[in-house]
Amino acid sequence: MESNGPLLEARALTAFYGDFQALFDIDFRIERNETVAIIGSNGAGKSTLLKSITGLVRAKAEAISFDGQAIGGNPPYRIVGQGISMVPEGRRLFPSLSVEENLSIGAYSKRQGPWNLEAVYAVFPMLKEKRSVPATALSGGQQQMVAIGRALMANPRLLLCDEISLGLAPVIIKEIYAQLEGISANGTTLVIVEQDIKRAMAVSDRVYCIREGRVVLEGRPRDLGREEMTKAYFGM
Amino acid sequence: MDLVATVVDGILLGGLYALFASGLSLIFGVMRLVNIAHGDLIVLSAFIALVVTDHFGVHPLVSLVLVVPFMALLGYGLQRGIFNRALDSDILRPVLVSFGVSVFLQNALLQTFSADSRRLQAGNLETLHLDLPGGMAVGVLPCLMFMVALVVIGGLQLLLYHTELGRAFRSVSDDQQTAQLMGINNAHLFGLAMALSLAIVSVAGVFLGIRTNFDPSIGPTRMIFACEAIIIGGLGDLWGTLLGGVILGIAQTLGAWINPGYQILAGHFVFLAILTLRPQGIFAKIR
Repeated sequence: MESNGPLLEARALTAFYGDFQALFDIDFRIERNETVAIIGSNGAGKSTLLKSITGLVRAKAEAISFDGQAIGGNPPYRIVGQGISMVPEGRRLFPSLSVEENLSIGAYSKRQGPWNLEAVYAVFPMLKEKRSVPATALSGGQQQMVAIGRALMANPRLLLCDEISLGLAPVIIKEIYAQLEGISANGTTLVIVEQDIKRAMAVSDRVYCIREGRVVLEGRPRDLGREEMTKAYFGM
Repeated sequence: MDLVATVVDGILLGGLYALFASGLSLIFGVMRLVNIAHGDLIVLSAFIALVVTDHFGVHPLVSLVLVVPFMALLGYGLQRGIFNRALDSDILRPVLVSFGVSVFLQNALLQTFSADSRRLQAGNLETLHLDLPGGMAVGVLPCLMFMVALVVIGGLQLLLYHTELGRAFRSVSDDQQTAQLMGINNAHLFGLAMALSLAIVSVAGVFLGIRTNFDPSIGPTRMIFACEAIIIGGLGDLWGTLLGGVILGIAQTLGAWINPGYQILAGHFVFLAILTLRPQGIFAKIR
């Protein structure tokens, strides 16, 4: 049963860390099978927005709806089961688990779908050779592949990627983004948080620019000039 | 020959200490909680076994059929009702809460069962011996305790490293926030860990009650033995905990062999010596 509205919608979303307000009345919408990039400088609220969607930061019930259902305020473990997975910033692999165990734990929510160990190894073949190695013994790029594979194991309809290019070599970033394109082509909706404006505009159908907890610009990359983006990014 | 027999006794006693320790070690590993009430929970399960054996007239080992599930349920309730509320802030609060549980349990037991020493009557299991070549004899009960410790630790090891639940325990231990993103309900998982811990505790409590007299006040000392076994072996390694228990057991029986008054002192002394010489424990694994 799918409604016809957007896959995910946030209305007047606010978020707090104690007394500190990190997000102010964010309106945010993701259509089905679209790739959306969120750009903004450090501390703008990009990660907080993703954490609100996944339930790690508490949101009001009606503030976020997924496939027509209010999911705001649901605990993270339930939201995964509803079809939203996140590749967290800094990868956050489990150091005492092997590569394969890290991938397997991604399937803990038992959501049915096309992704399993074989499918992940088909996308990232080098992980198969390293399956029994502790995940944190891999190179940064391989760790990022594990983190993406782990999120895919939950068979998400919406995959949130938080700064996946951070600290990686350009050639690796290119390879990872190429794989993400394939994943998107197979029907998974993507949200990508990026600090690199150029890359964000290249891979996405639509871009949100966030500054100081507010959406300051939204649109299609081809409609928005680089100059306009840069201005919004830096608040000039 | 007497010395050899003493060491063998110590090794087997180590099995009991490993049983005390493995539940405590599991809880610390999964949720970084030092459960001060652990020893009192051991004593509680001995008293519950006492009630069950009195009421149904069964052997203490048979009473485990009821005591283990009861303690496991109690553990789940205790975790979800009390300990979970104290977790995820600073490290001091859960320790204080478990200290409160410890005080409560000791006084509730004192109120219910009085300060009298009790014992679980296990019939001839208490006196049965196996004759070994060379004129030595070892008790069947200590051998049984040691074997149960091997089975419990081996079973825990299998669970942690070869099942989905174990994988979930280890991932929560690594990173609680990211574990939730995998679909893990931490509160429920912590409840399961405490249930498992208290299931082991109840086995330890019944063996304790068969082996020695017990009363409501002896919990904290068992908790200290458990801590010592864990720290000697090295945090985070269950087979290390067994070795720690064995070292503690040998130290105590050797101390008692030299002079009966030295039993506990010798154990603490060896613990302090290892803490000084190798503070990370023998098989240190902690990150």
